[in-house]
Amino acid sequence: MNKVVDTLSEAVAGIADGSTVLLGGFGTSGTPVELMQALLQTSATNLTVVSNSAGGGPTGLSELIEAGKVRKLICSFARSLNAQKPSAAAFEKRFRAGEIELELVPQGTLAERLRAAGAGMGPFFTPTAYGTRLAQGKETRVINGRGYVLEEPLHADVAFVKAHLADPFGNLTYRYAGRNFAPVMCMAAKLTIAQVDRVVAVGDIAPEQVMTPGIFVQRVIECEHVPVNP
Amino acid sequence: MSPLTREQLAQVVAADLPFNSYANLGVGMPTGVAKYLKPEQGITLHSENGILGMTALPDGQTPDVDLINASREAVTLTPGASICDHVVSFSMMRGGHIDVTILGGFQVSVGGDLANWDTGVEGAVPAVGGAMDLVAGAKRVFVMMQHTDREGRSKLVTQCTYPLTGKSVVSRVYTDLAILDVKDDRFVVCGMIAGMTLEQLQAVTDAPLEMAADCRLLDV
Repeated sequence: MNKVVDTLSEAVAGIADGSTVLLGGFGTSGTPVELMQALLQTSATNLTVVSNSAGGGPTGLSELIEAGKVRKLICSFARSLNAQKPSAAAFEKRFRAGEIELELVPQGTLAERLRAAGAGMGPFFTPTAYGTRLAQGKETRVINGRGYVLEEPLHADVAFVKAHLADPFGNLTYRYAGRNFAPVMCMAAKLTIAQVDRVVAVGDIAPEQVMTPGIFVQRVIECEHVPVNP
Repeated sequence: MSPLTREQLAQVVAADLPFNSYANLGVGMPTGVAKYLKPEQGITLHSENGILGMTALPDGQTPDVDLINASREAVTLTPGASICDHVVSFSMMRGGHIDVTILGGFQVSVGGDLANWDTGVEGAVPAVGGAMDLVAGAKRVFVMMQHTDREGRSKLVTQCTYPLTGKSVVSRVYTDLAILDVKDDRFVVCGMIAGMTLEQLQAVTDAPLEMAADCRLLDV
């Protein structure tokens, strides 16, 4: 088995219009910028993107939004953290113009909805957001005196993640907090594409060091990642 | 009588954190608490992006793009640190494993309701991040904020007018003027800055106050 592809265009080949695309990353760490830029070169449009934030800097998601390829964004943090260095400026502009749909989800609920999808679970009750505006329109229930909100699994067509090492079977490791959403996103998508700092031989990653087992990964592309600060 | 500066408030909160606790510092003002924690307090800092055991990056040390806190600032790991993914990190938060979280606030009500994610201004871009998960699961929720907003209005209120982050979740509020415990739908003043009287504090607070028997002097 060899899941390694040679070019970024092969890595993102066949992504259909209207796909739901998961993007790993938190701030600039673990952000698969090169895959997003490769997607920008394809004709895929009308995308629903799931990402923790609405930007993460001027490259990657911001470029996809700028190019008008994103119809809807599902995220927990849609605003730039720093007004002097706006990381979500492209989103903010389209949002104010009413050109993009936003579904705001608490960050832990976002992770757990992805987990439910990847783990074959149905909807689940969470205490997060109970009694708030983000629970409006959702089923709620009080169980043993505590209020809960019913949340749906979040399935996706494609996941883009950035990992540190991969072997040809698709086993992955991550650097420090670059891991963040990647393992759960790998499980929640039908097609997971990992851009990695380095491809190593089968057996070079010790089995107990594998952070995402290869069963959750379909394509691997080695790509030298240049960190971009927002 | 002078209100605490941001730095002084951070020092007061840092000194009050329980020994040997697991703590989560929210985005913004609470992040500044980290640099005033003393090693002998034995506090382990958690960050929602999967870090347990970190501290602010010391001056002169090169930042690592994969070591940042929830505010996207560079951090460094402390001995015994661990890294996990988002599912595990939010299990720590929602699952009741974090002893205390310090969050910023727009408004806190006498019932312990917190509003800290949306001012409801027309056209504002919403951002909730991990705040709702933290208030749902942390054992104790402390809020750290200015006592009044830019227009001089009290941020301690009878009922929040901004959208809620959580209902009945706040146990204590640290402001630049006072420390207030939320108890049985009341604010109990357990600390005040030098020279301030309860009457003066009440004049800038939109909710009834009560004095704790052991109210302490807030100084640094």
